[in-house]
Amino acid sequence: MSLELKNVEKKIGLDTHIYPTNLKLKKNTINILLGSTLAGKTTLMQIMAGLDKPTSGEIWFNNENVTGMKVQKRNVSMVYQQFINYPNFTVYDNIASPLKITGVSSDETKQRVGKVAELLKLSGMLNKKPNELSGGQQQRTALARALVKDSDLILLDEPLANLDFKLREELREELPKLFENRDCIVVYATTEPSEALLLGGNTATLQEGKIIQYGKTLDTYNKPNSLVSAQVFSDPPMNIAKIKKLGDQCSFLQNDIQWKTKLNIKDGEYKVGIRPHNITTYKEGNNSLEIKGKVLISEISGSESLIHFTNGNLNWVSLSNGVFQKNVGDEMNLYMNTDEFVYFDQNERLVSNG
Amino acid sequence: MNKTVNQKAWFFVIPVFVLVAFNAIIPLMTVVNYAFQETFGNNVFMWEGTRWFKQIMLSERFHASLGRQFLFTFIILFIQIPLGIAIALTMPKEGIGVPVCLVLMSMPLLIPWNVVGAMWNIFALPDIGFLGHSLNALGFDYNFTQQIGDAWFTTILMDVWHWTSLVVLLSYAGLRSIQPAYYQAAEIDGASRWAIFTKIELPKMKKVLTIAILLRFMDSFMIYTEPFVLTGGGPGNATAFLSIDLVKMALGQFDLGPAAAMSLIYFFIVLLVCWVFYTLMMRNEEKS
Repeated sequence: MSLELKNVEKKIGLDTHIYPTNLKLKKNTINILLGSTLAGKTTLMQIMAGLDKPTSGEIWFNNENVTGMKVQKRNVSMVYQQFINYPNFTVYDNIASPLKITGVSSDETKQRVGKVAELLKLSGMLNKKPNELSGGQQQRTALARALVKDSDLILLDEPLANLDFKLREELREELPKLFENRDCIVVYATTEPSEALLLGGNTATLQEGKIIQYGKTLDTYNKPNSLVSAQVFSDPPMNIAKIKKLGDQCSFLQNDIQWKTKLNIKDGEYKVGIRPHNITTYKEGNNSLEIKGKVLISEISGSESLIHFTNGNLNWVSLSNGVFQKNVGDEMNLYMNTDEFVYFDQNERLVSNG
Repeated sequence: MNKTVNQKAWFFVIPVFVLVAFNAIIPLMTVVNYAFQETFGNNVFMWEGTRWFKQIMLSERFHASLGRQFLFTFIILFIQIPLGIAIALTMPKEGIGVPVCLVLMSMPLLIPWNVVGAMWNIFALPDIGFLGHSLNALGFDYNFTQQIGDAWFTTILMDVWHWTSLVVLLSYAGLRSIQPAYYQAAEIDGASRWAIFTKIELPKMKKVLTIAILLRFMDSFMIYTEPFVLTGGGPGNATAFLSIDLVKMALGQFDLGPAAAMSLIYFFIVLLVCWVFYTLMMRNEEKS
């Protein structure tokens, strides 16, 4: 089983929504489309499902050309950002609805609905209507509807985006379990890098209608092929600074901080990307580099503290474990872990990992 | 937080009280006053108790006009609600067609009521009106000023022309508020067009339809100007709906007592029906 996009392109009027894209998704995989709003995630999913036709290019499923085939004939299911359920059906009837249309016997329906309801912790509320449920339960019902039929392709379009923080965390942890042991391809769109890392599988980074990089999620994270891909896969955004390399000595252009590198590349100017969590208020790793900063903003997010500071002409973002508050204008020392620096050339392509 | 007490705040509320008193309570109380007394002019009143109410409640004339009123309201609700939904479903969802349709649809709503009556009167005249003349030319024996059926037909047609747009606009707004994802989800399920209508569109339109039915009920139940200009309640009393009958009684016959009692009964019927309907709809809402 595989889903393959061959040179798929989507234009609406003069706007190109998806640039020619090639992508092959394999059996039993979770594939994450990671990108900001308007990156083309939804459009790409709708083309995969057959809800939308590509302007040019082909979609192949199991070595069969399914371009332009109606979505009803494809065995797909989809979960949306909004909680989409039939408003005057009970939870049970909602979950059973895809089975009813395909004519599954009532005994089997009962058994399959019961099983999937249990998996999604909906067993106690099968007789309720969607608007009697909380947002999280409504989305669980929508997920159950997608899982109850044995789809070849399950598409999830930012399913957790409309949930509040706690429910999102809760459901996020259950998601990988739901897709285990399923004979299908899962495509999951999200704007959040942390969600991609949690789900594992493969990740495609998208920007402005282009797939920048596709590969195993951890590979995509650790070895971004370009600055763009690294930015898409970094939240808060990656710090970017221009550097100069001479022999094994590197230095930032706007200050005189220096460090040694094992990089075997030509001398010259490069750009370095540093993820916020690699700039911390404490030393981490063997090769940490001290940097003086003047605090711009300090905020606390969960059990982490985010400090925006200036050094040279640049604004930096650091993310440290622990909860603490700094005052605006404070001078402080921070530490950068040079082992985690990502080097890009002048064309913003990856050079190598330091 | 500490709440401060400041009696001067009443000055913000008093204007509203005065305004409501003048435009609602005082006129209503005058009617109440007339409903319980008999007067021969010169500001001389005699207490009559509930006599006028009993008289109206037992009067065949009132029963007849109330019956006509309910029949008329049910017919136009029965036509306008489904027709309005049907038109809203066929209206374009994007492009230049949207404003064009919306403006065309709102046109009848912008015409003053007596103008609508006069327009339809001329339009339907059997000898010179376009509608009346055409129907006769086609072989129908059509004359709304003399035949009861034709008078009802014309009144209903006029009301449908005038007010269906309101239902259309409300339904259209309801339909537009349904997210496209619902239609996609139904498409993935392989649901039929009819299933999409009954399982998604109708439930999602329930609230606006409740409003539409309520508004159309109240307006049609209190209809006066248009049939007054079109048929004057005739032929005979065939289209004398409650309000037309009421005006006849109050200003034609100058039976102020019974007319006042009738207007209060009229008012309570409208209030009662709206309350029952609204309560039923809302109870349903809570259940589901």
